[in-house]
Amino acid sequence: MLNYIIKRLVASIVTLWVIATATFFLMHAIPGGPFDSEKPLPPQIKANLEEKFGLNKPISEQYMMYMKNLLKGDLGPSLKYEGRTVNDIIAYSFPTSAKLGLVTVIVSLIFGTYLGVTAALNQGKWQDQLVMVIATLGVTVPSFVMATFLILVFAVKLQILPAVGFEGPANYVMPVLALGGYSLSFIARLTRSSLLDVIRQDYIRTAKAKGLSRYVVIYKHALRNALIPIVTYLGPLMAGILTGSFVIEKVFGIPGLGREFVTGIYNRDYSMIMGLTVFDSFLLIAFNFIVDLLYAVIDPRIKLEA
Amino acid sequence: MERLLDIKNLKTSFFTHVGEVKAVRGVSFHLDKGEALGIVGESGSGKSITMMSVMRLLADNGKIVDGEIWFDGRDLASLSENEMQKIRGNEIGMIFQDPMTSLNPVLTVGDQLTEPLLKHKKMPKEEAYKRAVEMLRLVGIPSPEKRIKQYPHEFSGGMRQRVMIAMALINEPKLLIADEPTTALDVTIQAQILELMKDLKSKINTSIILITHDLGVVADVCNRINVMYGGLIVETGKTSDIFYNPKHPYTWGLLRSVPNPKTLVKERLKPIDGQPPDLLKPPAGCPFAPRCEYAMRVCMTHMPPLFEVGENHKAACWLNHPDAPKVEAPVGRRHE
Repeated sequence: MLNYIIKRLVASIVTLWVIATATFFLMHAIPGGPFDSEKPLPPQIKANLEEKFGLNKPISEQYMMYMKNLLKGDLGPSLKYEGRTVNDIIAYSFPTSAKLGLVTVIVSLIFGTYLGVTAALNQGKWQDQLVMVIATLGVTVPSFVMATFLILVFAVKLQILPAVGFEGPANYVMPVLALGGYSLSFIARLTRSSLLDVIRQDYIRTAKAKGLSRYVVIYKHALRNALIPIVTYLGPLMAGILTGSFVIEKVFGIPGLGREFVTGIYNRDYSMIMGLTVFDSFLLIAFNFIVDLLYAVIDPRIKLEA
Repeated sequence: MERLLDIKNLKTSFFTHVGEVKAVRGVSFHLDKGEALGIVGESGSGKSITMMSVMRLLADNGKIVDGEIWFDGRDLASLSENEMQKIRGNEIGMIFQDPMTSLNPVLTVGDQLTEPLLKHKKMPKEEAYKRAVEMLRLVGIPSPEKRIKQYPHEFSGGMRQRVMIAMALINEPKLLIADEPTTALDVTIQAQILELMKDLKSKINTSIILITHDLGVVADVCNRINVMYGGLIVETGKTSDIFYNPKHPYTWGLLRSVPNPKTLVKERLKPIDGQPPDLLKPPAGCPFAPRCEYAMRVCMTHMPPLFEVGENHKAACWLNHPDAPKVEAPVGRRHE
């Protein structure tokens, strides 16, 4: 177990390094730079700026410098927001995205699982068909359509929910629905198919033969066995959703990390792109690692061996 | 002897998209307290479905269409699901064919073993664990205190079947239904499991219904045998009658396909040619007639009744009709 964890940690660092390196060179390969704009800056000013941020040095030297700072956890200064470092921006925006993301994941997980169980237990009946229609809609309708639709209905017509801002619980409702529509539907489908597979297993018949109630048979004996695919999906979902969604944050005016990412790329804000990519990758790797550890907790047959 | 189980004209069907599959087509038999009954037949003969009907554990599209299942004074066919739950695992225990897949892989053996105690006897957890350890020792699992904390995948097939038996018997049920309990096991382990079942039958004082396609298995354990074919009982009698004086060509076929180490002559085993009947469109006559080398014209059109051929020995074959031609059974040894 300890061996496995050490091995995984080493592999994670290597992965992170490969991602950072690839992003670094790809980013520099895109035409244009952070100080190019529609109205070109006077050459002297541009040269000064480039010197200040070390952009005039050979690319290999820039790379070495960046990696050295990265090792210390320093993601560098933003090239566009004067006086703010990338670390500052993440520290400011991430909690907002993470809070919204966490609520979304929890809601998707609870309702997705519940809908999936309901569908599986009523296979072929109207409950199943209803859940499948909802799940198909949830997977196919893009989040911006969903978001606009929700605003139209609940903020404009009914006027019961605030359209923008991120202050109270009421502000969470629409973004969570818009953001979680996909994952909720996906989890519902996953739970349904996985559970349908499990409830045909012999050990479910054994559980019934012991006189256990339907509730115990499903929630104690079946669901835990059906959980593996859901947990697998949860890793990337957590990483993806916690780091924010550009569309949702834009539509609902939420000051999260998602929109920083997009504006960063748009502005060729090199240190922002690098910093956010590394941060994103770090989360993704971390969550996948947690998921792998969780497998062993859920299913005793899975042994974590190096 | 006191009646424990009395099944009257049980009919069970499965409603599929192609039509009604009549899996059990009017089965009647009984079981006395302390008795061991064998139900023998090939796959699709309705032997498992009969007992799953008793447990009321049919698949969603399966239904008891007709008949009564009297168990200890109650008609199981008419009980509610809630009342049935109080009987399953408490008054009737069941073990299944494949011990490798019949235990839940993510729960410890102790967790699964104690469930019937916690559910039916409302026993405190600690006491239930003690009882479970005792039960594991009874079924011959070494160092049960340690094993009870383990997961099913840490047990061998034979050991898992012992766990299944312990689980089915932990509440000392009046009836144990064993559905092909040895089919998935090695021959040497088979003998051990059968020995264990016989041993526990007397210790716990339970009655047994043993479902199998292997005549060798029932010979050792059962007092009486029902032979099933095409959703019907075709022959029923004491074990000795079935082995030494069988009266149905299907039983002859079954006996001829079992190796007999006592015969000194080298003899080829004779398989029964053909396929069991399609129960979507059950035949009007005897279901075995198309595969029967003794079939007469009447067999194709009229279902034979169960003829009384001896004391508590009945066979559903027209050959037992007084007007039928006399046919010498090709198998069966009279008492020597």
